[in-house]
Amino acid sequence: MSAQERRCVQVLNDALHEAFERHEDVYMLGEDILDPYGGAFKVSNGLSSRWPDRVLTTPVSEAALVGVATGMALRGLRPIVEVMFGDFLTLGFDQIVNGISKFREMYDDRVRLPLVVRTPMGGRRGYGPTHSQSLEKLLLAVPNIHVVAPSECHDLRTLLHRSIEDDEPVFFIENKVMYGRWARPPVGGRVGELACTDTGGDYPALLLSGSDLEDASVTIVTYGGMLPLVLDAVTELILEHEIFCEVVVPSRLLPLDLEPIVESVMRTGALVTVEEGTLTAGFGAEIAARVQEAAWHELRNAVKRVAADDGIIPAARGLEHAALPGAVDVMDAILALEGVRQ
Amino acid sequence: MSTTTERTDPSLLEAYTQMYFIRRFEETLLDLFSEGKLTGTTHTCIGQEANAVGVIWNLDPAHDVVFSNHRCHGHYLAFTDDDFGLLSEVMGKVTGVCGGKGGSQHLHSGNFYSNGVLGSIAPVATGVALAQKEHDAGAVSVVFLGDGALGEGVVYESLNVASLWKLPVLFVVENNFYAQTTPIELALAGSIRDRGAAFGVESAELDTTDVFEIQQAANDAVARVRETQEPFFLVLHTYRFSPHSKGDDHRDPAEIADRRLRDPIVVAGTRLSDDERRSVEEATERRLAMTLEAAEQAPAAAPEAA
Repeated sequence: MSAQERRCVQVLNDALHEAFERHEDVYMLGEDILDPYGGAFKVSNGLSSRWPDRVLTTPVSEAALVGVATGMALRGLRPIVEVMFGDFLTLGFDQIVNGISKFREMYDDRVRLPLVVRTPMGGRRGYGPTHSQSLEKLLLAVPNIHVVAPSECHDLRTLLHRSIEDDEPVFFIENKVMYGRWARPPVGGRVGELACTDTGGDYPALLLSGSDLEDASVTIVTYGGMLPLVLDAVTELILEHEIFCEVVVPSRLLPLDLEPIVESVMRTGALVTVEEGTLTAGFGAEIAARVQEAAWHELRNAVKRVAADDGIIPAARGLEHAALPGAVDVMDAILALEGVRQ
Repeated sequence: MSTTTERTDPSLLEAYTQMYFIRRFEETLLDLFSEGKLTGTTHTCIGQEANAVGVIWNLDPAHDVVFSNHRCHGHYLAFTDDDFGLLSEVMGKVTGVCGGKGGSQHLHSGNFYSNGVLGSIAPVATGVALAQKEHDAGAVSVVFLGDGALGEGVVYESLNVASLWKLPVLFVVENNFYAQTTPIELALAGSIRDRGAAFGVESAELDTTDVFEIQQAANDAVARVRETQEPFFLVLHTYRFSPHSKGDDHRDPAEIADRRLRDPIVVAGTRLSDDERRSVEEATERRLAMTLEAAEQAPAAAPEAA
């Protein structure tokens, strides 16, 4: 089976198996990760059967889990923590902010923390307020950590390997809806009808476009599970309104390579940010601030942000749908930006 | 006091020397603060020195790991003997053990680490033990907690994991009866020792300022952890004569005076001859003066030129 015919969860699971094969120092810690259950989203499936000594199912102790992994990494192991729902990462935040974020720099650069914390984020599954959030923006405010949040069009396998082999602490954000979708890396430089290139490097951003680049009039920056919704909007904008967009999709949100975003804005003159997390103090706010610093005179309009409402994510399908940003919200933002009356 | 000329047990002399040095080192720090020569904060262990010296006496710095807390100077000096690195760190000098980035409560040298959020260090020390068990069998991970840290839930998560996974962690609780200014009766329900027992962790409890007694109990505890590769919970009741930090002391002076009658340095010192004590004290002052002079002369930590 080729990579294009595998679901994202299978690609991630294969990558974890490979990582355990390659590196004796890789361990996995998490709740309910033993077979036959293999983790709440099955990403860790099969690992405990093959490496029972290196796959540790844990009590429901997220703070200890993150802290124990920190201690393991401090002494040279490469632990991977699976936090069952990203919402539960909050329980480990003291460890993240006062431990992981601090050790290397405050110990004068004499220690390394080669650990990965993997966790699913995102809604659209009806799990309700405490099992549906996209909290990665909280991590973006923490210095000295790395945040990787791949989309289904990224090379998930390679990104997970690089995160595991990275000597910096990496928070690897996996969108829940993405798990069940087909991985669709670019084939022949295209994703569907859209041209797709990447920026290279260890954690490349993707650049998707529905036109010759010169014609695009809006840059969209998005990541993770929002990408397919954004691509739906982009296709619709071409078909219905002949508005062409460039979509920049970073795989690593922190530290962020701003360059491909600024370069695109230089061409298009307009920017819309799209994220599934709540609006205030989010990813889009940071991008907006940085892009206006770097390219103020290139912008025709104020940067627009599309994000979830600043509230809870309700459980009921209709309420959840209304709270989270969708393709229509992306279209509306761009149409407003382009002055198209609806 | 004894004036005998019989030879003293060298380990007693060594323990006394270490404790006396830690005491004078920290008194010097407090003086430097009073003189306005230090900024930031510091937490001294004046009165608790026998714990640091007694426990760490049994450790092998090449293999065993110590994780300490905000009140870490005594542990650091007993484990590393690096007074210059510590003093210049607290003074914000480039020669500080962490280049001035950590200050008084964030230290790392060799197998010693400290951090400034109380219970926070417990799971990290537990993870260190897991790594040690995989790569350096027989090594022990020691974490020093205070009674205050027992208010933080992650300590219990760590005890649970250490016991469940049979990890070589020695949890040392130094109960000095106050969390900053809050007396223990306002902060802690139940028994300290039972907290270890609740997780099936073997424990011992001492109420002494005699460094030899602590040394012996810690020797048993460390040996037990090495042998079984399982955790141990050592409770040491103690007292600090100094404030939590610098000026924040509202305790009854009579209580402190009463505790000073059991000063660990006096307790150990009575077993030495006057000459031995004087010799230790003089050597300590000479060493401290040299360290202080060197640290004062070292350049201040500064941002690297861009």
